[in-house]
Amino acid sequence: MATDIHRTVEAVWRIESPRLIAGLARMVRDVGLAEELAQDALVAALERWPESGVPDNPGAWLMTTAKHRAIDQLRRKKLIERKHEALAHEPEFAPADGGLELEAMLDDDIGDDLLRLIFTACHPVLSAESRAALTLRLMGGLTTDEIARAFLVPEPTIAQRIVRAKRTLADKQIPFEVPRGEERDERLASVLEVLYLIFNEGYAATSGDDWMRPELCSEAMRLGRVLTGLAPQEPEVLGLLALMEIQASRLRARTTSNGEPILLPDQDRSRWDPLLIRRGLAALERIEKLGGTTGPYALQAAIAACHARARTADATDWPRIAALYAALALVMPSPVVELNRAVAVAMASGPEAGLALVDALADEPLLRNYHLLPSVRGDLLSRLQRHDEARDEFERAASLARNTRERSFLQQRAAACADAARSQA
Amino acid sequence: MRFMMLMLPAGYAKATPDTRPDPDAVAKMMVYNKSLQQAGVLLALDGLHPASAGARVTTVDGKVKVNDGPFAEAKEVVGGYWMIDVSSRDEAIAWASRCPLAAGDTIEIRQVFEMADFPAEVQKAADGFQDPRQTAA
Repeated sequence: MATDIHRTVEAVWRIESPRLIAGLARMVRDVGLAEELAQDALVAALERWPESGVPDNPGAWLMTTAKHRAIDQLRRKKLIERKHEALAHEPEFAPADGGLELEAMLDDDIGDDLLRLIFTACHPVLSAESRAALTLRLMGGLTTDEIARAFLVPEPTIAQRIVRAKRTLADKQIPFEVPRGEERDERLASVLEVLYLIFNEGYAATSGDDWMRPELCSEAMRLGRVLTGLAPQEPEVLGLLALMEIQASRLRARTTSNGEPILLPDQDRSRWDPLLIRRGLAALERIEKLGGTTGPYALQAAIAACHARARTADATDWPRIAALYAALALVMPSPVVELNRAVAVAMASGPEAGLALVDALADEPLLRNYHLLPSVRGDLLSRLQRHDEARDEFERAASLARNTRERSFLQQRAAACADAARSQA
Repeated sequence: MRFMMLMLPAGYAKATPDTRPDPDAVAKMMVYNKSLQQAGVLLALDGLHPASAGARVTTVDGKVKVNDGPFAEAKEVVGGYWMIDVSSRDEAIAWASRCPLAAGDTIEIRQVFEMADFPAEVQKAADGFQDPRQTAA
């Protein structure tokens, strides 16, 4: 029974903690302190609920408990009288019945607070990995242990990362606010970057034995959906969500039951998740209505949608994908985008055209240790029947890949090229 | 993990084909739906016409048999569903517990199968589909 309650409390925490921390942070103007207060309320719930039962409106219970502690804290810290009184006069939460209506009334307020919370957690003063950990902790309600397992990092490392991040925010006196104007755009870009980093960590784990850790993908999509609710007029937020949902629609088709990767053209498309594809395509339609189709995430989502719409690999609209990559290269110039464009051009106009673009990237310093450059080159060479060169490229790609599954896959391709070269000779 | 929350409204098995939900109940439900959406857990939802407007298709001795609704034998029928993506069964229960239910309404929570839930031999049977050479283009 006690463990049942314990699990219920954990579930309630997962649902309520972001709103709780966000509301408290507005009061105390310190996300670190807000999180501690919320944690105290959680501890109180774990003590009280096994005897009293779970209250009808658990979120309101946690908020009231945490608020009382916040007021005690502020009193102890002898903050100025004015602030203290303002807090004491804030309306208390209503009892359980009518809780939903009240929640709806508070939604606008709490929405602003949640937006402030995610902007603060993703503040550029923090390193990318700290932003990701703090976001999962504050906005996702994940424990440090869960975050550590997802990132394959020891728990103390994550705990320390979070403590340091909170201290940095306090030391640098980062205000708990959503910036305006140009700064808002920059900071929003940072938020999107963090969500996509979390997603990609799950989608194509850079190290370790598991090729993907789907829980991280789910979490990133959940946060993306929250953000589309908080900032519904931002096409790039929709673009990122559409991109993540369409990519995640392939999770089930990306590996064999043994965990070996299956590349896009070889995937069984009947295994793609139609619900996520439908959601992604619907988001793209909304982006069009908002007039935001030229943003980097919107373009990447549009590219992913080309694959999602194709019923077979052969039916893929490669000329459109190549055009979308060209548009992406304009708004987000990068050698990785150029490499992807080369792949699309090769599919649309033949391997020679693609190889010419890949060869132009040969001296690109940013790609020097990027396994996908030799991997793509190997693929194009093998299609041109230049198997010896292809084998060398795949071997080089395998030596650069950090993921064990990917490495063995590249080694297999190198071996296949060696066989093809022998039968050619 | 994905769960379907199936709404089994009280008395819906006997509802006439023209039965429509009460506006107050819908307004309350919209608040709830919005909370699911804002928490980022809602993937899809739909409400279903009464069973009396539906039909049941079965086979009897290898022959297809169609029964028009209402279905005398059914005590409870589905009135709608939510598809949610949450981190645990407990979280799905916590969400269902927040739904503004009328007296006698029931929500049934069912987890959606993932490939990993199947035993190895089932996964293997499904594996054949992954080979593009075995699927018609």
